[in-house]
Amino acid sequence: MTEQQKNTLPVTETRLERKKEPFDPGYFLRKNVVPIFFLVLCIIGGYYSGLSLPFLANEIITRMARNSFLVISLIIPILAGMGLNFGIVLGAMAGQFAYVVTVNWEMAGLSGFLMTCILSVPLAIVFGWLTGRLFNRAKGKEMISGIILGFFANGLYQLVCLFFMGRIIPIRVPSMLLSTGVGLRNTLDIKAMHYALDNIWKVRIKIPGFVFPIMIPMATIAVIVVLCLFIRFIVKTKLGQEFRAVGQDRHIAEVAGIKVDRVRIIAIIFSTVLAGLGQVIFLQNLGNINTYGSHVQVGTFAVAAILIGGASVKKATISQALLGTLLFHTLFIVSPLAGKNLVGDAMIGEYFRVFVTYGVIGIALALHAWQSLQQRKTVTVEAASEPVSGGGK
Amino acid sequence: MNRENSHKPEWSERIKEWARDFGVARSIILLFLVILLVAALIMGLPMSQLFSSILSRFGMNAILVLAMIPTIQSGTGPNFGLPLGIACGLVAAVLSIELDMRGFQALFFAVGLGALLGAVTGYLYGLLLNKVKGQEMTVGTYFGFSIVSLMCIFWFMAPFKSPEMIWPYGGSGLRVTIALQDRFDKVLNNFMEFEVFGASIPTGLLLFVAVFCLIVWIFMRSKTGVALSTVGANPRFAESCGLSVNKYRVIGSVFSQALAAVGIVIYAQTFGFIQLYMAPLYMAFFAVASVLIGGASLNRATVWHAIIGCFLFQSILVVSMPVANVLVEENLSEVARIIISNGIILYALTRREAGGDVR
Repeated sequence: MTEQQKNTLPVTETRLERKKEPFDPGYFLRKNVVPIFFLVLCIIGGYYSGLSLPFLANEIITRMARNSFLVISLIIPILAGMGLNFGIVLGAMAGQFAYVVTVNWEMAGLSGFLMTCILSVPLAIVFGWLTGRLFNRAKGKEMISGIILGFFANGLYQLVCLFFMGRIIPIRVPSMLLSTGVGLRNTLDIKAMHYALDNIWKVRIKIPGFVFPIMIPMATIAVIVVLCLFIRFIVKTKLGQEFRAVGQDRHIAEVAGIKVDRVRIIAIIFSTVLAGLGQVIFLQNLGNINTYGSHVQVGTFAVAAILIGGASVKKATISQALLGTLLFHTLFIVSPLAGKNLVGDAMIGEYFRVFVTYGVIGIALALHAWQSLQQRKTVTVEAASEPVSGGGK
Repeated sequence: MNRENSHKPEWSERIKEWARDFGVARSIILLFLVILLVAALIMGLPMSQLFSSILSRFGMNAILVLAMIPTIQSGTGPNFGLPLGIACGLVAAVLSIELDMRGFQALFFAVGLGALLGAVTGYLYGLLLNKVKGQEMTVGTYFGFSIVSLMCIFWFMAPFKSPEMIWPYGGSGLRVTIALQDRFDKVLNNFMEFEVFGASIPTGLLLFVAVFCLIVWIFMRSKTGVALSTVGANPRFAESCGLSVNKYRVIGSVFSQALAAVGIVIYAQTFGFIQLYMAPLYMAFFAVASVLIGGASLNRATVWHAIIGCFLFQSILVVSMPVANVLVEENLSEVARIIISNGIILYALTRREAGGDVR
């Protein structure tokens, strides 16, 4: 094993050298093939959807503000070499539990929203800690564990919300509960906190000839910018260096004196807490919670978005996360309409979008597994002088 | 690796091994089942009815669970890509109706064609699995999801004409559930069915399942099966013995997907309906959970694991439903199903022993 690890080093070094090469359009295309493909798909879909540009822009801005936070929460675990954190579903659950509490306390407006944020953090820390411990027991299988953990946690979540709320956990507001007095309703109304963050500062841009102005929720965007700066800052700190060291090679990091397991747990806690806050922001924009559904697809959608942006299982940047969110949600908006106009039925577009969501994840994971297999092969053959497989990324 | 061959002298060892494999999670599940059974007895639920529905549901799911064995043994882990084979089986079943077949003819046509299609797609899937060694489970999960959603488009666009399958008032595509009433609904269940103490025994179904268990059992003991297990247990050793690792992994995948296709046809036969569109999305997880409950791990599974696991899992589902209905609300058994099935998979993933990342 140790011999192999020594040999992996030149591979990464050559890859770094490749980056410094002068601009090569072919290489640029190959490197960004995924986002370019989806950009083309979005443009085609946008054309055939027949939506007006201002309407589309409005929708995209809303969705960007709503989802970016969740997608960005995936970055740190990728840096720490833990792959795509499908466990952010637990963070989303923390956010929703926090909402249950604040709605139960009948809080409203910005103070209610802030309280929800504050409450979601300790819950998310606990969930993240548990997730991190689980991932440490399943090293190398983090992603499949994360997927299954999401399903498992969803079962527990349903148990708590359906059978404990109102029975073991007292709920003061009767309208939250089902008519039997036990279990939360399917939709939890949070109208009191609707747009609590978005409404702080909204910029309206009038477009001549269109009824609705383009609305830009500046406050939410500001929060996302702050988050991006925070991620950049974290990466530069000692902790961030440790994340990357662990992500590069667990064993070498261990030898270098980094407590690998602890760093990995911290990475997952970061991700889970950010996902919790992301879900709180997401829901304040929606205005109601689909109690048993809002969190289920969070992991899948966020992962698909960041992959569409060109991230891989090993490498992700903030710009990839943002670009991916943009492309994925544009596809989200245009595909039903484009499907309707092209084939005559909106369901086709809808199915196509679901297929793309799952397919992108599947293909990205397969490509990653294939590449790392190739890399391992070249290393074991010790023909690592010119690793062709490394250049594909 | 396979100890089933050995005879009496190793019984004690087998029991010891079984107890070690059993583990905490399975003990909890068994305890849960016992509690449920006691509760059912106390509440005076009709045990004969429960028993016959356990048998019927066992037969309904058993072949899907059996499909896990070849992939686990060949070292590709539980087959999370099961929806691929399921889709093949569904296509075959739908075709049998389109061709206006009935009864056993329709069933055997669907089983045969499904197995054939499953084998072909299983071959391609095996090639994919060979490209992603070490990440088969993750890739398989999302590959399965994509296949389900891709098939949604197929069900929607496919030019089927049979009035039983398309929407009555001119919607496009196949129905979400297709009733098999006059086709092959319960033909196996009703074959030589008899009653013991008020519990009806679906003889035909159980016989059919038994035949497939035997096929898998014999296959795993054949030269190919032993080579396949060797490849799964220790790929380097297998390679040095002159076995082609990739070839046997593909064989495992072919066999597994063919079984999955047969499994879904039998599932539909017992259920009485063909469920299309998103219905197969999570089926793989329940099959994986079943075989794991039976004592399998991520790299070792036998026919007995599949049978015991399927029986235990279905028993819990069948018994928990009426018990939960009396005690609390109806949804509890669904929630229990999610928690148990995913809990056991998580447990298997986090066990210290060798997993998918060894190679």
